[in-house]
Amino acid sequence: MTDIFLPSDLDELWRLLNIKPEAALYAGGTDLLVKRRSGLIDPPSLVCLERIQELKGVKECGDEVFVGALTTHSELLSHRVIRKHFPVLIQAIAVLGSPPVRNMGTIGGNIVTASPAGDTLAPLYVLDAQMEIRSLSSSRRVPISAFILGPGQIDLGQGEILAGVWIKRHQGFRLQHYEKVGRRNALACSVVSMAAIMRVSSDNRIYEIRLAWGSVGPTVMRFPEVERLLEGKPLTVDGLNDVIELVHAGIKPIDDIRATASYRREVAGRLLHRLINYST
Amino acid sequence: MTSNLLISFKLNGNEVQVDSAPDRRVIDLLREDLGLTGTKESCGRGDCGACSILIDGDQRLSCLMLAVQLEGREMITIEGFSLQEDRLSNVQQKFIELGAAQCGFCTPGMVISATALLRVNPEPSRSEVRQAISGNLCRCGAYQKILDAIEAASKEKTKL
Repeated sequence: MTDIFLPSDLDELWRLLNIKPEAALYAGGTDLLVKRRSGLIDPPSLVCLERIQELKGVKECGDEVFVGALTTHSELLSHRVIRKHFPVLIQAIAVLGSPPVRNMGTIGGNIVTASPAGDTLAPLYVLDAQMEIRSLSSSRRVPISAFILGPGQIDLGQGEILAGVWIKRHQGFRLQHYEKVGRRNALACSVVSMAAIMRVSSDNRIYEIRLAWGSVGPTVMRFPEVERLLEGKPLTVDGLNDVIELVHAGIKPIDDIRATASYRREVAGRLLHRLINYST
Repeated sequence: MTSNLLISFKLNGNEVQVDSAPDRRVIDLLREDLGLTGTKESCGRGDCGACSILIDGDQRLSCLMLAVQLEGREMITIEGFSLQEDRLSNVQQKFIELGAAQCGFCTPGMVISATALLRVNPEPSRSEVRQAISGNLCRCGAYQKILDAIEAASKEKTKL
């Protein structure tokens, strides 16, 4: 039998983390409890975070939005502020897991699990989201690309938790797009995914674009040189084709049970073509 | 060594206290300790929806919840649907009338998903119904009849 704790606020959590530094933390349990049952992990104690109200919900603070780490995917999906400002995140969450998984799983859980296939990650990369890391005595902010170090590896020290996510509200990207290719539509771990946000002028030129791919490397991947090359170019098949080689060169896909590396390479390039749907 | 815990919650309308290991999965608590075998376990990892329950009205998976998480909550299992006046819910009735159960193993989870949907969206489109049961696997492949049954339930005056 494992010790399990259900703290009702942050004060109680800090006390627990102090006396049980080896405890594994979970919120929805949709990742951690699966790993525990399959024997991949066997933590001596568990802390379930689901009752900590302080880390739940969406707050607007100045020109930023704070999303508490314990906000469930379902809550985000129906949230007015998220729907209005971050459609790319909404599109990703809409295809994450299934309705009950979205009722249980949280955005913080999806981030700290740090799977290259995590559906919220590519949108958070293109939105330049910042992670708020808190401990009893300190708080710091890290961009998501610095927070996630590799598959399942994150920049979180002893006694620290991911408290939530900060996203700039008015970034001016009217066109927002997320697509995931999986083996089936629901409950599918992505084979390749791509998030894109962009500004396109009325004469169909790309002003500004940010792109991120999931499941094609150890972390979600962005390529600033690809983005710079596209900027100023017309949003056409030819224009996008010009950068596909660079994308192919940058990604590091692997063969696994879901797909081969070469298939992932092919799809990663082709997902770019979908942006043609937004041409004016 | 951790010992058992007294966990208090509401189960199908009744206040209960259960003496359980705090890390016992809710599905095991239901089926083995409480004898409520209507809730099924299939994949045990959140991929099939067979173990669906309602917690404070929201659909959740009982294979991915531990007993201690029930403290103070209100849980409804498939058994809770037919307790009142000893009759089936409208959704259950439509599943029977339209032959939406083949082997029946996914049925309790499907009924929970359908009920959770109709509570918030009483007149769903076919694609919204598909979305709502997208977390439930039916390996007999009775999906079309299941969709028909949920749609038929949504057209009744008393939907649930």
